Amino acid sequence: MTTPTAVALEDAKVAFRLGDGRVYTAVEQAHLSVGQGEFVAIVGPTGCGKSTLLNVAAGLLKPAAGSVKIFDRPLAGLNRDAGYLFQADALFPWKTALDNVAIGLEIRGTPRAEALPRAQKWLTSVGLGAFANRYPHMLSGGQRKRVALAQVLIRDPKILLMDEPFGPLDAQTRQVMGNLLLDLWNADRKAVLFVTHDLEEAIALADRVVIMSAGPSSRIIGDWRVQLARPRDIFEVRLDKEFHALHREIWGVLKDEVMKGYAQSTQAAEAV
Amino acid sequence: MSRVTLLALQILVAIVCIVLWQLLSTVPIFGKILLPPFFFSNPVDVFEQIVKWFWSGVIWKHLWITLVESILAFVIGSLGGVLVGFWFARQPLVAAVFDPYVKMVNALPRVVLAPIFALWLGLGIWSKVALGVTLVFFIVFFNVYQGVKEVSRTVLDNGRMLGMSEGQLMRHVYWPSALSWMFSSLHTSVGFAVVGAVVGEYLGSAAGLGYLIQQAEGVFDVAGVFAGMFVLSAFVILIDFGVTLVERRLLVWRPTVDGRG
Repeated sequence: MTTPTAVALEDAKVAFRLGDGRVYTAVEQAHLSVGQGEFVAIVGPTGCGKSTLLNVAAGLLKPAAGSVKIFDRPLAGLNRDAGYLFQADALFPWKTALDNVAIGLEIRGTPRAEALPRAQKWLTSVGLGAFANRYPHMLSGGQRKRVALAQVLIRDPKILLMDEPFGPLDAQTRQVMGNLLLDLWNADRKAVLFVTHDLEEAIALADRVVIMSAGPSSRIIGDWRVQLARPRDIFEVRLDKEFHALHREIWGVLKDEVMKGYAQSTQAAEAV
Repeated sequence: MSRVTLLALQILVAIVCIVLWQLLSTVPIFGKILLPPFFFSNPVDVFEQIVKWFWSGVIWKHLWITLVESILAFVIGSLGGVLVGFWFARQPLVAAVFDPYVKMVNALPRVVLAPIFALWLGLGIWSKVALGVTLVFFIVFFNVYQGVKEVSRTVLDNGRMLGMSEGQLMRHVYWPSALSWMFSSLHTSVGFAVVGAVVGEYLGSAAGLGYLIQQAEGVFDVAGVFAGMFVLSAFVILIDFGVTLVERRLLVWRPTVDGRG
């Protein structure tokens, strides 16, 4: 008997009913598993349904067919074992950075007096110890992501779901955030499902890189293991020979899908 | 432009207007006074009237009455608006059923309600409060309704993923969002509370600024009418200033217009 799989999607299919009554199939027969302590990145062209897949794992979306299992138990309702880092700003704008982080504990019933010092500790560990009393609008995009990361991690979820969390940031901030994420992850190695459209980011961070085909009805078309040594430094790892070889190999597959996805999205735009 | 220059220019506008008014209403131009005193009075008389009111102290009672009416109208109207706004936003069926009636009542010019309120509630302060409430209620109601409906989808999902129950979502997400919308219309709703009070007084009462203006008008005391108007403007500006202070305290988390707090 092996350890249970943290997230297992079996033949999951996701479909939406469109306004005119037609059914749009976003993802077809997705088969994906994330082991305990494993960092898996999903990469695919724009509009391939990778975020959709993540929402299925989070329990925010129900699959039209197939099953979702979390630690070998079928998922019903929201995934209570998971922390979710959103692409868009998801902080509560009316709470200070400190309160935003503390809220995760307060919801659970932790007394405020106990939650606040722990929140402060988390803010410090994401490098924002001095910004506790700032409101989200007073922070930069990168700082807001740090607060969001602390907000999720303070609850100590067993699974971390991340939807292009660093997408809106500039290239340098993204690398710094990537390193921060790896540092924090190294401490207790949660299961991570990380969605991105940036192949380099995916290889640099993950243990496994999963590639999806262009939508609609996209499916998983590749699964690579990343053998680069840990702990990694994102700046360094990009210079590694192995990194380049893997990047070339995966890009060979991904490129066609990106082109397909691009062609479809421009056609759709012209049709409109 | 520096604050001092701006203030100087603002005062200059007032001075020019008042001097023009004084000249045109007292000095004949080509043998004709352009602003006949009977219709336009003149600044000196108006000023004298204001001083007399404050000197004798009669004005305080009227100011106090108008203030009480405005505050009551604001508090009751806001409370009702928040409750009903929340209820409608969380119960789409209720909102859909009542939608045409809400629109109908809101489209009604509120002044026509004044006689009915006077009939039902008498000539005391409550008929004025009621008129103010009908004005304030709809502003707050629409804003809270909008605020609850337009909570960011991501923030809501984030709350859910952090493990919030419906009650906690209400407290930590819907409520602050609705409040921020309500406060964004604070100036308007406070202004309307005063309008309701003064119009109510004007149409029938025994005290208040509206009553004072109506009384002066009844005896063709134009200086009195203008004096009442000026006191009323100063009163509204003071209240508006108070609202600004409250707003600054309560909406610290909101970005200012220029994007930096």
